[in-house]
Amino acid sequence: MHDMPSILPLAARNLVFEAEGKRLLHGIDFAIARGDRLALVGPNGAGKTLTLRILHGLLRPTTGSVLWGLDEGKRNGRKRHAMVFQKPVMLRRSVRGNIEHALAAAGFPRAERRERARDALARFGLISIAERPARVLSGGEQQRLAITRAAALEPDLLFLDEPSSSLDPGATRQVEAMLEDLHNSGVTLVFSTHDLGQARRLASRAAILNKGRVIEYGPARDVLEAPKSAEAKAFVAGDLLW
Amino acid sequence: MSDSAFAAALSMITSLDPEFVGIVGVSLQVSLTAVLIAAVIGMPAGALLAMKPFPGRSVVIVVVNALMGLPPVVAGLVVYLMLSRSGPMGGLGFLFTPAAMVIAQTILVLPIVIALTRQVVEDLWLEYRDHLTSLGQTGSAAIPTLLYDARFALAIALLAGFGRASAEVGAVFIVGGNIAGFTRTMTTAIALETSKGDLAVALGLGIVLLTLTLLINMFVFGASRVGRRYVG
Repeated sequence: MHDMPSILPLAARNLVFEAEGKRLLHGIDFAIARGDRLALVGPNGAGKTLTLRILHGLLRPTTGSVLWGLDEGKRNGRKRHAMVFQKPVMLRRSVRGNIEHALAAAGFPRAERRERARDALARFGLISIAERPARVLSGGEQQRLAITRAAALEPDLLFLDEPSSSLDPGATRQVEAMLEDLHNSGVTLVFSTHDLGQARRLASRAAILNKGRVIEYGPARDVLEAPKSAEAKAFVAGDLLW
Repeated sequence: MSDSAFAAALSMITSLDPEFVGIVGVSLQVSLTAVLIAAVIGMPAGALLAMKPFPGRSVVIVVVNALMGLPPVVAGLVVYLMLSRSGPMGGLGFLFTPAAMVIAQTILVLPIVIALTRQVVEDLWLEYRDHLTSLGQTGSAAIPTLLYDARFALAIALLAGFGRASAEVGAVFIVGGNIAGFTRTMTTAIALETSKGDLAVALGLGIVLLTLTLLINMFVFGASRVGRRYVG
């Protein structure tokens, strides 16, 4: 699938977002190339989630634009980017049902859904719980299902909002292993996290956000180990910015 | 008297008296058809009402909620006026037929189905919105997902609707006319037999009505219990 033209690069150009007269994003700029693992880090309320939602197309920026390398992030009319939300949305169906529903919504023909769902379940080790109701799974299993469900759509790019914020260390490791696996198969990742350790483990590039601005952006190593701005230094050193 | 009336009622039930069976049949046919029609119209309508902002939405919600308390005799009167010879739909010749009764009961059940569907789907939409929008299911494209995932709550809504339809007497009496063997239902027969003083028949019909309602409720309750266990 990755021989096909990619929807990447993705560029955020001067994204501004206002709600109820308050400016929540003050001109966000960055670019995401094919194969990147971009971490958006920063304190709560920095605008990480908002930025992801705008990039994924759930919200329209007040001004500024989201530029895709290909046709608004679509290829052959099908959206090629997916998103995993901070609190996984579990349909009142089985694990398999959740995946097949997503495939149906994305327009995959019925005959293909079973096979794709089975492949995705097998790939991420969920076969044994395939027939269980999604809503009675543990938090870690739900998050793994949410990622598996998004991965089954074979996106070029996957957005993840705080992929392990409410998980224990074991489940966090599993989620991070899934993201490594997805990256190795060619999926570009953009995720938010307030966990600097996670950003160091997973990211190739990083952007530090604070109060709706990107205060530091570049290769993850530079941004997270040797930031230039005083604000970013304070954040990376663990000082409170808020 | 009540002992003998009770015994007579039981013998009528156990002997499957043909007139008696006919009355039960008409009742079930009319009420179940009305619930079916109300479900087909009301569930998508309730879902749309839950999801789509439009001017006057709150007014519509209040009116629909209020119509849950529409007195059956008023619904019967309105349908009567529509279907009577000189009414706008008089040409259909529906008055004093089961079709008229179905129409009247559909009007009674529809607000219940719409109002309860809206309530359930509104909560579900709040929860599912991001995910479904992400998948491209926006607007009415999300309705099948929402209705399917609300299926257990919707079963209860339909039960409530069936309860209202099978229990009411005013509307079916006015538009059906209580014609023996044709439009006589359990409730209209109970009203008639009681006023005639034939308490055995009235009591027998009352027992059957209660029992049927209980059985249908047990079935739906059991089915959604089992279903929920599989779905969480």
